[in-house]
Parts: sequence; C-alpha cells; structure tokens
Amino acid sequence: MALRIIGCGNFDRGDDAAGLLVARRLHALGVETLGVEIIEQSGESFSLMDCWLGFEHVILVDATAPRGTPGQVQVWNTHADRLPEDVFPCSTHAFGVREAVELARVMNRLPQTLLIYGIEGKRFFLGAPPSPEVERAVVSVAERLMMRVSDSLIQTPQRPRRDIFG
Amino acid sequence: MSKQPTRTIKVDTLARVEGEGALYVKLKGDQVQDVKLKIYEPPRFFEAFLRGRHFSEVPDIVARICGICPIAYQMSAVHAIERALGVGIDPSVRLLRRLFYCGEWIESHALHVYLLHAPDFLGYPDAIAMARDHQAIVQQGLRLKKAGNRIVALMGGREIHPVSAAVGGFYKAPSKSALKDLVDELKWALDASLATVRWVSGFDFPDFEQDYEFVSLSHPEEYPFNEGRIESNRGLDIDASEYEENFTEQHVQHSNALHSVLRGRDSYMVGPMARFNLNFDKLPDVAQQAARDCGLQVPCHNPFRSIVVRAIELVFACHEALRVIREYEPPPVPRVQAAARVSTGQAATEAPRGLLYHRYDLDQRGLIASAKIVPPTSQNQKRIEEDLWHFVSQVATRPAEEITWKCEQAVRNYDPCISCATHFLRLHLERD
Repeated sequence: MALRIIGCGNFDRGDDAAGLLVARRLHALGVETLGVEIIEQSGESFSLMDCWLGFEHVILVDATAPRGTPGQVQVWNTHADRLPEDVFPCSTHAFGVREAVELARVMNRLPQTLLIYGIEGKRFFLGAPPSPEVERAVVSVAERLMMRVSDSLIQTPQRPRRDIFG
Repeated sequence: MSKQPTRTIKVDTLARVEGEGALYVKLKGDQVQDVKLKIYEPPRFFEAFLRGRHFSEVPDIVARICGICPIAYQMSAVHAIERALGVGIDPSVRLLRRLFYCGEWIESHALHVYLLHAPDFLGYPDAIAMARDHQAIVQQGLRLKKAGNRIVALMGGREIHPVSAAVGGFYKAPSKSALKDLVDELKWALDASLATVRWVSGFDFPDFEQDYEFVSLSHPEEYPFNEGRIESNRGLDIDASEYEENFTEQHVQHSNALHSVLRGRDSYMVGPMARFNLNFDKLPDVAQQAARDCGLQVPCHNPFRSIVVRAIELVFACHEALRVIREYEPPPVPRVQAAARVSTGQAATEAPRGLLYHRYDLDQRGLIASAKIVPPTSQNQKRIEEDLWHFVSQVATRPAEEITWKCEQAVRNYDPCISCATHFLRLHLERD
C-alpha cells in the first residue's frame, strides 16, 4: 500500500497552517516509520496533482473556510463526494485544492483513494498564529490519522461518506 | 429626443486573471458611457519594504511580488542593481538567466493559453469544464507548464518563489549534465508548442483591431528577455535609465494600481503582442515559420489573437532553452562580488506579461534608499480600458451574459497579473 499524506497551507496566515501542522505532528509521531510518506505543500493545484501521482492512497489535510464552527473537521472521500465551493473557496491567486481534485477527476488522475481532511479555520490574516480551536483539531486529526494508518484502515469507502467530527 | 435605456454591467470579481479585480461597464442604448477596470487588491507597498534593506536581499524580496512571474522581478532587480554597482556578469551567467526566463515564460504562457484563455474561445466557463471534452489538450497544457516548472526548479531551487538569483549571478550554477536532463522533455515541449500554435490559431477571433503603440525591449541580435533598449512602433527608442523621463504613472480613483502612460502621448501596450510585433525578425526560424503557417499577420493588431502570439512565444522559449543548454559551459564562479557605493541603477526586462521596470537608489553601505517598480499590468491597465470602450460598442446589443463573457475575454487578452482567480462571476445588470 503506497500511502502519502499531504499537508497543505501557509504558515504565515494563521489557521491556513492547519494542514502543515498536521503533517509536522505526524512526523513527530513517527508515521513515516509505518511506511507512510509525508509532504508539505502550498495547495497549488498542479503541484498537488503531481504530488499524488504514483500513490494508490492519499490523504490530504487542509484548512477550510470559516463557517462558524472553528476546529470542526470534515472528511471527504473524493471518489464519492464533490468538494463544496463554499468550504474550499478558490484563491484569487492560484488554483487550489478543489480545482486540483475536480480537474484530476475529469482527467482520470485521482489516486485509488483520496481522502480530504478539512479543518475549519477561524482567522487567516497575515502573521496570525493558529487559533486554539484549530490547534486542538490538529492534534485530533493527527491522532486519528495515526490510528487509521496503524490499523491499516485506509480503504475506499463502499458508499458515499462524509465524516464530521471535532 | 428618445430616452435610451441605460444598462450597467458589473463583474465584481474578474475570473481567470491574476488577482483581485472587477469590471464596470455602463451602456446607454448601444453607446458606451463608462468603463472601469477596477483593481481593488490592496496596495502592497513593496517599494517601501525595500527601503533600508541591503541590495543582496532584493532578489528574494521582490520574488514575493508574484507567484507566477517571480523570475521577472528577480531579473529586473539584479540587472538594475548591477548597473548601479558597475557589475559585469560572466557570459555563462547571462545564458543561465535567459534559460531561467524561458522556464518562467513556458509555465506562465502554458497556464494562460490552456487553462485561463482557451476556455473563452471554446465556450467553457473554466478549464475543468473544458477538460471534460478536451482531456488530451488539457493534459498537454499541464505537461507543457511542468516543463517550464522543471527549468525554474532546477535553476531556482524550487518552482515557486525561486531563491538562487543573486546580484552578480546565481548562488549556485547548475552542471551541464543537470541541464541535459531537461533536453528530452524540452524537445517534446517544442513539438507541443508548435501543436499549440496550430490549435489556438483555429479559434474564432472577434473582428477587432486597434491602433496601438506597442512598447517592448528590443535587442539587436535576440528576442528580448533581459537586455535591450525600450522601443515602440512610434519612434520611442530609449535606454532603461530614461524610462521615468518618458513614462509617468497616474493615480485613478477606481484602482489601487497606477495607470502608466507615455508622457505627451497616452496609453500603450506591453506584452507578447508588443514583443512579437517589434521583434518578429529576432524569432528563430521555427517560430517565424509557425506564425506564417497559421496566417498570423505582422504586425498583429487584434488583441484576441494574443493567444496565438503567446503560443508562438512558447515555441521561442522552448527553442531558446534548448539552444542555451547546448551552448552552456558552467561559469568559473557562479556569482561575482559587488561592492557597495552610492549609486542609482535602472533596468527593464520582459516578464511574460510585458515590460517590467525597476529603479534602485543605493547608499554607501549598499542599502536601498528608494525603489521604483512598474509592473506590466499597470502599464497595460489604461489600454485594457480603452480596448473595452471600443469593443463593448461592437457587442452592446447582445444579451448581458454574452457582453460580460466577451468583456472578460477582452481583459484576459492581456493575461493581467492581478493574480489567478477562479470565482464564478456575479453579474449585475441594471436597466432603466
């Protein structure tokens, strides 16, 4: 099982760092010793599509737009769900995660499994630290992913499923 | 006198352009009453950030101005500072800088041609929708872009905001073998670029021409990237040090980007069409022939055909990258040292979107006393509005949705670097 975990975001923009923080926490927890590759990424579409090339199973973690429940985590199975635009709003400066997934979908370039973990952010302004809610969610997501990896639970769900926790 | 209905077309967020801009068009009957290209992306104050910083920091700071064309900012900066400090670079470094620029042009032009502009001509709202019907084409565009990214990553250490450019050269020069690893993919990219020219030249282009003043660098021997005089088709012929005597920037209320105009004249166009029209004879034979084969006239005055010109420049950039790799010998040292002195230096280079001017005033410690940066989009902004004034009257009787689409397409002719947006548009149509 070739599994890559991609943490997306920007350390300089508050909660936008969520995906990167999960990636670093997983590294600290030793997930790579279980045969998993971790990579940090800005979230730019075309690089993302290259990032998952050659991997059967991919988990991508990124911050999502504020909707009043900071720290809430949602999980999308991209083979079953479309990523909502209001949760992954497009950047005005680049194609992002949603565009990467949708473009890969129409071009048959999605990996066998691609799960998206979205951590709802609260503040994204330049220089802001991550909010406490997102910091807690980062710990929770990292632990959950460690469990999934340890238990070899990375499988394509048989039916459309969208987890919400946090 | 009959009272004609007034229609206002507002695009709150322009899609598939770089950054945050909006469009406002007011019509009375089929007469254009007002056009405003609004750039509301906040001012970024880079010129102020640079004050007090050492000249060696400038290439890395200005690279942050743009994620699409950081190399252009680095190149204009290093050339301006080298002119200020009297630094001469090794011929191999000069070649490497051309290769670096090839990478940026390939990735930027491939992105714009395939993913931002082509959907307009084929009737799709975006590249994702286009990919459903044209998967192989989009695949080709992505691979072309990646070929450019590979050059940038090799030369700059990473694909986005590269870090290797320095005053006097590069922090590290690549080996011959590292460059040769790019050859096979660039040969493919050259063929793909020729196919791109054939593909886009078959699009349906609006019958629209304007009498432009084209401004670009011109070099006696080569298609311009880093060096040359600033010339126009109306007799302008100046060194970069004379730029501010000949051009001025004007603040307009509706934009956070200054409008640049030629003193005593008016708006002008920079970018691929300007370069192509002023430097066609400097293109390699393969690019000239591609232009002839697809029936592209020189000079070209139809801005909608800029997509074909960009494709021709893709051919040039791939061909030039292969030439540089063939001729490259590593420099004795990747970077020559520069000694600080009180000085001023100006330079202009050709960003994918057009002429990019930098000026730096340095103090005796090599700190930046003042800086001026004039990006291509601010130079084109007034010209874009003027295109719209004339173009909207051609389509004014059409439904609002179609006017909006056509106007956006006309804006995207310039690949304006306000940065990439993929929003759906909100259209407001007001009728009396």
